Amino acid sequence: MKTIILRTASNYLLPILLLFSIFILLRGHYLPGGGFVGGLIASIAFVLHAFANGLKDTKKLLKFHPGFLMPVGLALAFLSGLLPVIGFDEAFMTGLWMHDPIPVIGSIGTALFFDIGVYIVVQGVTLTIIFTISESA
Amino acid sequence: MMQQLLLYPLLWQLFMSIALMFAWQHINIQRVMSIVGSAVGLVFSGMLFYKVLVYGTQTIQAGGWEAPFGITFVADTLSATLVLLTSIAGLAVSSFSSASIIPARLRFGYFAIFHFLLLGLIGAFLTGDIFNLYVWFEIIIISSFVLITLGGEKAQIEGAVKYFTLNILASIIFLTAIAVLYGLAGSLNMADLAVLIPKIENRGLVKVAAILFLIGFGIKSAVFPLYFWLPASYHTPPSAVAAIFGGLLTKVGVYALIRVFTLIFVGDVLLDEILIVIAVLTLFSGGIGALVQKNMRKVFSYLIICHIGFMIAGLGMFTELAIAGAIFYLIHDIVVKTNLFMISGIIYRIKGSNNIKSLGGLYKEYPKLSLLMTIPFFSLIGIPPLSGFWPKISLIVSSFNTQNYLVLGAVIFASFLTLIVMAKLWSEVFWKNPVDLPKREHFLYFNKMTTTRKLQMLLPIVFLTGVSLYIGFGAESIQQLSTRIAGELMNSQQYIEAVMPKS
Amino acid sequence: MEFLLAIMTGILYAAGLYMMLRRSLVKLIIGLIMISNGANLLIFLLGRITKGHPPIIKGSAEVFADIYADPVPQALILTAIVISFGLQSFAIILVKRAYKVVKTDDLDEMNTTDEEI
Repeated sequence: MKTIILRTASNYLLPILLLFSIFILLRGHYLPGGGFVGGLIASIAFVLHAFANGLKDTKKLLKFHPGFLMPVGLALAFLSGLLPVIGFDEAFMTGLWMHDPIPVIGSIGTALFFDIGVYIVVQGVTLTIIFTISESA
Repeated sequence: MMQQLLLYPLLWQLFMSIALMFAWQHINIQRVMSIVGSAVGLVFSGMLFYKVLVYGTQTIQAGGWEAPFGITFVADTLSATLVLLTSIAGLAVSSFSSASIIPARLRFGYFAIFHFLLLGLIGAFLTGDIFNLYVWFEIIIISSFVLITLGGEKAQIEGAVKYFTLNILASIIFLTAIAVLYGLAGSLNMADLAVLIPKIENRGLVKVAAILFLIGFGIKSAVFPLYFWLPASYHTPPSAVAAIFGGLLTKVGVYALIRVFTLIFVGDVLLDEILIVIAVLTLFSGGIGALVQKNMRKVFSYLIICHIGFMIAGLGMFTELAIAGAIFYLIHDIVVKTNLFMISGIIYRIKGSNNIKSLGGLYKEYPKLSLLMTIPFFSLIGIPPLSGFWPKISLIVSSFNTQNYLVLGAVIFASFLTLIVMAKLWSEVFWKNPVDLPKREHFLYFNKMTTTRKLQMLLPIVFLTGVSLYIGFGAESIQQLSTRIAGELMNSQQYIEAVMPKS
Repeated sequence: MEFLLAIMTGILYAAGLYMMLRRSLVKLIIGLIMISNGANLLIFLLGRITKGHPPIIKGSAEVFADIYADPVPQALILTAIVISFGLQSFAIILVKRAYKVVKTDDLDEMNTTDEEI
């Protein structure tokens, strides 16, 4: 599928889709969205890039194996769940929130870091699966 | 910090699998980490067990959301005991697999997935929420799919297709049952359901939900008409994987059956009768299947099925004594089945084959090892005073008391079949004159291994044999434990009150 | 609406089971996907379909007075979808490997596990 139109479009679409995925990730606490959907959109961006430019280029763009994202994301989600247990003697996964919201970003809590962890894991898993399938084809 | 002790065995396994993922390529580091980590996990589980034994049922509301709304984690005596046994088997298999599984397989993240499997098992035992139980089951089956296909041999892939299809089907049936239950009661918390379900007027639909649960968990625990995936797949993966599968995976299904049918769907005569019929047929078909098999691990696979029948029979008779017998058998079976599959792994490493026709002369070559192996063999049969004997007393006595003579006959017949199968195995594998097997190239034979590796394979067997000897000779304490568990299960009020205080 | 959804659930279950009983590996996977979608739809249906507001109580109010939509079935379905996403992608890779190794997609030809080794 190496048409010029798709190739040119995918180069512009990749940053836009990644930005959109982060937007979806951040609005996910009260509105539809969240880590899972955001991660899927981000990996779709890379898959589209791989369709247009070939798997090799996408891998060069990523610089590391997407499988590495899995433990990183899991560790982030795990730590954000563990923080209340270690620091505050609350039950696992209790949401902790900062008292004063930061300007522009809003109030930050452990739920945000859990969602970012999910975002990273979903990207890692999806890209690993798709790369494995298309490599062995 | 200690108030959260309930979740530590769970969180520790999650931590282990994440840490092992970071050390993806360094298999020597992974070996050490996994063994040390499993030992630490055992300490946590032991502490939880002690706490539950002394202070009674422990609960935690995850995220601080109160009982019927949030996800509850409950450790009553049954859960704590099974978590402890999971950790014991996990430690043994972790050490065994670091020696017996070839590095090519370890490099694909074997240990990380293994600890993920343990995470799923512990989570399934500890959760108090029926949908959360589904999630833990999915974690268990996803990691077991990876473990069963790791290596990608022809037989493994074929076994995996069968294992995979039926286990996913079981999960979907389980999910359907949850949907019906939620539609009926509007709650997912098991303690809450125990209060709500008896009040529901639409008894027909409750019965449908119960049967759906029975089928879903029945596939997972491999009972009579639903067990065909098990002998088609359990002998294909490496023996260490088969050990953890044979020891624990079917037992999670049994645990779920026991939990659901003593807590949520209680007092349904039809269900108890169905359970008894299933148990009897499972005992027969598993035993007869084991009799005709020639592959050692297939024999053990059929014996798993056969012995599931004992536990289901105990559940079906539904008296305190019978359930105590079922629980005792569950405790004994986890230890012995894990041990047996590891033994078959050692025999495979010694001879390069698992076909009992081409094995032989093991007693002559390794007399001490053979004597060690007799103990789990005899425990499995239930030669007094070894561990398999005591639960059968409870089962037989209660089948007299409840006049279930069919169960009585089936229990005795299945024990007898187990005796024949094990005697046949003993004479073929250990006593028969050695058969000359062609030497396999590129195969790591047992006597060419380094001493450390040999010890890594032998010590877990010694360890588990020690545990089953303790279960046999310390039967008094185990019997007390299982009676206490049965008492808690029959009187679900304390479980409900522990989850939802002053309800 | 309920009636339509009930019919749809039934069709999905039946079609899924039918596909699973075929002998082709690919149809097996399609059957599994259909049947798990049927289960998700069933949860949605049994969670009572009501048009309502999200059950978030305002800080000033004591109780939620409006009609609300039960959020639990949606959470359950979301979880189930995520899980089946993982399972199905694994299944597809497995089927591909099985086709490569066994060189057939006929389930009846997969008898290696029944042979005596």
